[in-house]
Amino acid sequence: MSEPLFSKKNLKLLSDPLNDSNPITVQVLGICSALAVTAQLKPAIVMTISVMAVLALANVIVSMLRNTIPNRIRIIVQLVVIAALVILVDQVLRAYVYDVSKQLSVFVGLIITNCILMGRLEAFALGNRPWQSFLDGIGNAAGYGFILIVVGFFREILGSGSLLGYKIIPDSWYIVNGGFYENNGLMVLSPMALIVVGVIIWVQRSRNTKLIED
Amino acid sequence: MKFIKNFFERTEPLVQKGGKYHWLQSVHDGFFTFLYTPKTTSKTGTHIHDYIDLKRTMSIVVLSVVPALLFGMYNVGVQHFKAIGELASTGFFEIFLFGLIKVLPIVIVSYAVGLGIEFVFAQLRGHEIQEGFLVSGMLIPLIMPVGTPLWMIAVATAFAVVLGKEVFGGTGMNIWNPALVARAFLFFAYPAQMSGESVWIALKDTDKVIDGFSGATPMANAAAGHLNYSVADAFFGFIPGSIGETSTLAILIGAVLLIITGIGSWKIMVSTIAGGAVMGLILNAFSGSAGLSPEVATYFSMPFWHHLILGGFMFGAIFMATDPVSASQTEKGKWIYGFLIGILAIIFRVVNPAFPEGMMLAILLMNTFAPLIDHYVVAGHVKRRTKRAKVSA
Repeated sequence: MSEPLFSKKNLKLLSDPLNDSNPITVQVLGICSALAVTAQLKPAIVMTISVMAVLALANVIVSMLRNTIPNRIRIIVQLVVIAALVILVDQVLRAYVYDVSKQLSVFVGLIITNCILMGRLEAFALGNRPWQSFLDGIGNAAGYGFILIVVGFFREILGSGSLLGYKIIPDSWYIVNGGFYENNGLMVLSPMALIVVGVIIWVQRSRNTKLIED
Repeated sequence: MKFIKNFFERTEPLVQKGGKYHWLQSVHDGFFTFLYTPKTTSKTGTHIHDYIDLKRTMSIVVLSVVPALLFGMYNVGVQHFKAIGELASTGFFEIFLFGLIKVLPIVIVSYAVGLGIEFVFAQLRGHEIQEGFLVSGMLIPLIMPVGTPLWMIAVATAFAVVLGKEVFGGTGMNIWNPALVARAFLFFAYPAQMSGESVWIALKDTDKVIDGFSGATPMANAAAGHLNYSVADAFFGFIPGSIGETSTLAILIGAVLLIITGIGSWKIMVSTIAGGAVMGLILNAFSGSAGLSPEVATYFSMPFWHHLILGGFMFGAIFMATDPVSASQTEKGKWIYGFLIGILAIIFRVVNPAFPEGMMLAILLMNTFAPLIDHYVVAGHVKRRTKRAKVSA
């Protein structure tokens, strides 16, 4: 290998998806899970880690197989790889964090259909070497997870008054206890996740003028 | 009043580009054009200027909700003294003053938050301050229960102005009525503060509610199968409800003003009321059908025109549905749009127990569909004319 492991080009694979080609805010992929699992911060973090593991490994495996996969059945092969990894991740979650696994319910299984995975396998892993594919997988999952965690942060603190399950807003502030505050019930509903993602896109585009279309 | 004009003219250089207070330019311009005829004229092409501009339009709408506002203040007082059993022994001015003190802060918060955000956006984006909020800022307090905490009104107003209007490009570009966005936000975000029996009556902690008094709105009672209101009270507005929505009479006075000046579309008003009446009649026809629980059957059999004077139906039909930005633009479309609002509002009210009042959701839903209605009306015109052109050719 003539290229150093962390050359400038390779590092760009990691950093690009965080901003300029973010899977959620720019490519608008993987929206369904972003709406479904972000009502609280903890499932959002677990989901991020799960997607990162699946995407990075699937990218590496498909990249290693890329010269042997017949073109006509490549989608099936990719799906088999992803499905196998998702089942592994699901089993690990059930074994170690059962309550979160319950909360995520079908959305772990639905990682299989997360558009980001197929997108990266098709667009990147099939045409690049394993190490670059690995970095690309980590980068894209991080870009996806970053948005998930930001959305989860706002939704949990405004919707439930807590973070990672710990109470942040003091109990005495609530109206039932004679205070003035009330949790925002809309934050817990999925439409608000869409609005929060929209606001993130708005903020991102007003800072990163490259992304503004005519 | 000359000194006001002098003041604006003197301060003008200061707010121009490069001036000391250039970040106040939009504010300066906004106030100047609000008080005086704008000095700028169109520079290109031929223009025909109507005598009525956006600011005047908005002022007339604000004027037309004044009867509902004043009566709302009075009714807040009436409901309060009724609850503590001192209505008969309290004078008119004391009742009105109580309502004024309760309602005024809500109006002030709504205007301060909304206009503040409008000013900031106008300056950031470098355009004139748009006047749309003059009306929304008045409508928002009128559709709130009087017990809503002020900070919730501030949050809802901010949400409505930023996400209901500014993200779409400001006044004239919004797809939903901003005041209803504020109401919907509160309805889903803080349901405990927006429904139930206690939010409609303004009470102090020390007040003792007399036995047998219930603060529930006639709509909530009707949903539970009790039609215990007097028609006269409902028409004149002496019932619990959001601040401005209770008096059908006061709202109709506003409607007359809107129709005379041509600012509110009478087609939308008439078709909305017709839609509500038709749906009321349909429900009446089905009130005897088997399988309905007694409560629902009672609600089904409510005389159809009672639907029009209870709850927010009339307020929505006159002031919300006719919002020229979010309503249908085509004349035929206005009939369809209004009629469907009326039908949906009554369906939501009666058939869905989760929503005692359906007017807000019906209007927001039809706001969403208004462009679609317009599209098909225009497409219909195009089709008919093409056909005619072919025949003659």
